[in-house]
Amino acid sequence: MLLLIKYTLLYGIVLMLVALGGMFSEHSGIINIALEGIMVIGGVAGVLALTLMPASMPAWLVVVVSILAAAVAGMVYSLLLAFASINLKADQTIGGTALNLLATAVAVVLSKYFSESGSAKLNYSNRPFLFSIGGLEMSVFVPLGLVLLVVSFVVMYKTRFGLRLRACGEHPQAADSVGINVYKMRYAGVLISGALGAIGGMAYIVPPVQTWNFEVGVAGAGFLALAVMIFGQWKPFHIFGAAMFFAVFKSLANIADSTFLANLGWSSNIYNMMPFIASMIILAFTSKNSMAPKAEGIPYDKGSR
Amino acid sequence: MEKKKMLSRSGGGRSAFVSVLAALLCIVIGLVCGYLVLLAINAEHAWADGFVRILKGGFYDAPYGVGRTLANAAPLVMTGLSVAFAFKTGLFNIGAAGQYTLGAYGALYCAIILHLPWYVSLIASAVLGGLWGAIPGLFKAYLNINEVITSIMFNWIGLYLVNEIIYAGGTGPMYDARNTRTLNLRRMEGAEGVTIPDFGLNDMFQTNSTTIAIFLSIVVAILIWVVLDKTTFGYELKAVGLNKNAARYAGINEKKNLVLSMVIAGALAGFGAGLYYLSGVSEWNPLNSTTLPAMGFNGISVALLASSNPIGTIFSALFISHITVGGSFLSTRYYPTEVADLISGIIIYLCAFSMLFRGKIAKLLSGKRADKTGTKEG
Amino acid sequence: MAEDYVIEMLHITKEFPGIKANDDITLQLRRGEVHALLGENGAGKSTLMSVLFGLYQPEQGTIRKNGKEVQVRNPNDANALGIGMVHQHFKLVECFTVLDNIILGVEPNKLGFLQKAEARKKVMALSEKYGLRVDPDALVSDISVGMQQRVEILKMLYRDNEILIFDEPTAVLTPQEIDELMEIMRGFKKEGKSILFITHKLNEIMAVADRCTVLRKGKYVGVVDIAATTKEELSRMMVGRDVQLQVEKAPAHPGEVILDVQDVTIPSATHKKNAVKDVTFQVRAGEIVCLAGIEGNGQTEFVYGLTGLEKLSGGRITFCGKDITHASIRERSKAGMSHIPEDRHKHGLILDYSLENNMVLQRYWQSEFQSHGFIRKDKVREYSDRLIEQYDVRSGQGSVTTARSMSGGNQQKAIIAREIDRDPKLLVAVQPTRGLDVGAIEYIHHQIVAQRDAGKAVLLVSLELDEVMNLSDRILVMYEGEVVGEFDPKTTTVQELGLYMAGARKQRKGE
Repeated sequence: MLLLIKYTLLYGIVLMLVALGGMFSEHSGIINIALEGIMVIGGVAGVLALTLMPASMPAWLVVVVSILAAAVAGMVYSLLLAFASINLKADQTIGGTALNLLATAVAVVLSKYFSESGSAKLNYSNRPFLFSIGGLEMSVFVPLGLVLLVVSFVVMYKTRFGLRLRACGEHPQAADSVGINVYKMRYAGVLISGALGAIGGMAYIVPPVQTWNFEVGVAGAGFLALAVMIFGQWKPFHIFGAAMFFAVFKSLANIADSTFLANLGWSSNIYNMMPFIASMIILAFTSKNSMAPKAEGIPYDKGSR
Repeated sequence: MEKKKMLSRSGGGRSAFVSVLAALLCIVIGLVCGYLVLLAINAEHAWADGFVRILKGGFYDAPYGVGRTLANAAPLVMTGLSVAFAFKTGLFNIGAAGQYTLGAYGALYCAIILHLPWYVSLIASAVLGGLWGAIPGLFKAYLNINEVITSIMFNWIGLYLVNEIIYAGGTGPMYDARNTRTLNLRRMEGAEGVTIPDFGLNDMFQTNSTTIAIFLSIVVAILIWVVLDKTTFGYELKAVGLNKNAARYAGINEKKNLVLSMVIAGALAGFGAGLYYLSGVSEWNPLNSTTLPAMGFNGISVALLASSNPIGTIFSALFISHITVGGSFLSTRYYPTEVADLISGIIIYLCAFSMLFRGKIAKLLSGKRADKTGTKEG
Repeated sequence: MAEDYVIEMLHITKEFPGIKANDDITLQLRRGEVHALLGENGAGKSTLMSVLFGLYQPEQGTIRKNGKEVQVRNPNDANALGIGMVHQHFKLVECFTVLDNIILGVEPNKLGFLQKAEARKKVMALSEKYGLRVDPDALVSDISVGMQQRVEILKMLYRDNEILIFDEPTAVLTPQEIDELMEIMRGFKKEGKSILFITHKLNEIMAVADRCTVLRKGKYVGVVDIAATTKEELSRMMVGRDVQLQVEKAPAHPGEVILDVQDVTIPSATHKKNAVKDVTFQVRAGEIVCLAGIEGNGQTEFVYGLTGLEKLSGGRITFCGKDITHASIRERSKAGMSHIPEDRHKHGLILDYSLENNMVLQRYWQSEFQSHGFIRKDKVREYSDRLIEQYDVRSGQGSVTTARSMSGGNQQKAIIAREIDRDPKLLVAVQPTRGLDVGAIEYIHHQIVAQRDAGKAVLLVSLELDEVMNLSDRILVMYEGEVVGEFDPKTTTVQELGLYMAGARKQRKGE
């Protein structure tokens, strides 16, 4: 049971972080389907930072620097999405898809370049990221994620920035007419999603294992986060709930072989399938009253009325 | 829906020319970026051992390499057609990977278990692919759920499902534990007639998997072009893609067309998988449950590069296949083969806003024309 | 002494690809006046105001405030100069509260955190002072159009704007609400605020404006004192020639019943209530029946139900003696129903199809235009060329022109050609003249009357009371989804219709 809670929290926080990222982007009006790719980039940047830092550095500094490296890399990468969809008014879904494909290629090329073996596998130590409370082993991403959740809520609903951001996603013409720079706000939304998505990518890769093969990317976690965001109705605390719900399935897959569930004889494939099927069923039932930002996916053109 | 209009817009000869130029521009920029990456990784060998090999593609090791290019291009044409066809109906079929997965299962099941002749297996792969494509179509038509989300989810569901059935805890009848893959079609018992015939192509290219698949895919591409351009069915599909509301107003059953379009798109992707696996290019690995078949996503690049033109997909698929094979000839001592993926990734990214290029090129052309007339008058 | 102008726009030129929207236009606004800006659709009024508001940058010309040249690069600059604007299409975020919408862009805050309490006080005070009733905590999506407009006005007042621009503010209001708005404008004038009032309705200008600047096809025509001019004079300046304000038509000779609508009820797509409730009426051959009403009172949904775009939840529709309640769109079309849709871009045309492909939109499947599933492109071309010729549809390259590249008037003409040429028994025309210039309006009115005279039944849905009074043989007023009254245009008045349209009065069934 403890194991189930552990895996659920670890994986749930990942989904939540990435979904929160998606939320910021979509509230600004940009569909961020590139979250999967941003996670990969964040992962590879964070892991590279980890491997390149000298072993003598204090643990807390290792954690801070590598997370920052991931966040910055995610932001830089998300700039590509922002540039294509805001300045060049490209189709956001296609642009995002391209970035997903590109991300894996970039990650593999980078990891092969830096790894000693010439393969896409990188080895690192995840010790600095782990701590335990009462026998429950946790990663630093859990408290960090909870803090970011609260911060996201406050920023979104209690600040001027949040009000303006949401206005840009709902009705950019209205925002423009009261002097809000829609392009800037959308850049801000996409960049925040880049940072959160990248931290999420690192949180996905680093805590559970000490070696990662970047040829496999993040196995659809970014897409699942999109479903979490939709299921969470684009609201921070709903997203938290949705993320934990989805995470339960994934944890079942992880512990299936070692617990009572083994008696059922289900393979990990079946558990892996479950969150995706669950998200489809939920979408089917909630599709009628979607809370999606109205202007998402539509490039904003100052000239058009 | 508005946003997809650009992609499904039909154009005349002039705009086709501009599209080709825009695609070439994307390719050139993509290649330049690739070269810069090669330089960054290892400047000394970047030209001869890197860039030139990618450019030469299959010709680096002709005829074997060319045979491989053709064998890889056939399924790419199909997944490209799949994405392009859906674009014409205003749908973004990001689910080609999942449909391809199901298609692969259909083909392999018919070939390995039932020992059916290759053409029956091909049909089975198309049917299963079509079935998988129908799901996002139905979700879109009757529940108004974006096909992108549904397709993505069903990509993964399809992958886990097919892996589970084939692997079945390591005991699946199609599974060959020694290679951790499905049984090799050419080496298994009762193999006669299950693979696509090569009519001597294998000898010609000194490969063992260059079959008539590429020609089959070209025939399908032409067929799709005729359907879209010449028939009432194509008229309806494009009408739905360009303006769903107006299509409905005109009495076209837009829901039926949405679903049909996805079924056909799925069938095309599934057929592509059939062409690939029934040619025996490689076997399915059911232990890989973390990555979807790249063929499906590369179909997106193929379609974008071809501006969704069915005939164009033939050429863009050949090109993508060409540089991918070229990438595999990179000397792994200096460079990772994924540099080719990097290049095609950059190319699709550029394609996403190639409309902008098209606009610029069109302007440039008309500008030049104006200059010419100007000098004549002067 | 020089005149006391608070804002001057001098020799403004603004070009868009292909058109000069504003060509050397000058407009001078005196302090404390209501200044009307008159022009047809497409005359360049909205563009000019967008320039003043900083949404567009002009290629040429200068803007002066109090005699000093100023730069208006964006709405923030305009706001700093005290310029506010109520846009024709409200710029309100629907899922925000009224208060959030009012403060958006000028949010009172401490370190970026919102301080809504003080904003609320100021809004309530303004609302009190000018009689602009609003509920600050209601979501914009839940309030009436009239209240949305008050929110827009409060947005300007909250920013302490002195120069107020109203862009076509009356289009969405009932006659009574319009009177109310005029009163509010006069109140602002008393407070010393200056008002720019954009419209193409002459009555409103005569009622409230002091002076009027007239534009035509992007060019400046002149400025006149309202006290010294007449409606006819203004309309001549606007159109450039004498305009026949009346449509000439002979009395109607209604024949047999073509359309019989019984207790039709249609659920709303946006809220839980029914959009159309128990609507019952008939349309006969050779008459024009008009559904009048304020936008959003169920006319759109009713037409959707009638033409098959929406399903009915109750009632029966009989067409030429046949029950078509559950018939498909194509079956209705085959039975002889033509439909000029309200939104020509949403329903009427496939903008990226060529004109010829649009001309056969409902007929491409007929044996005339296809054989064995293949489109007979030569026949399509022939047919399209004939319609273009016969109905004078103008486009760049004839049949192969992309519909998107055509002007609004010619797009509408193409739709009308297509719908009329199908020789329907019933023509459903929804706002057929919306957004068109006078020439096109006259043409379309003549076509509709000609259809009636040819013995067709015509159901006209219009928001323009002038059009309603001019064209129809019978008028049905819709309010909140119900038909609340039937009138003879010869014996009723606009004022009477207005009372019914606003829900102030209602005829009982059978009255």
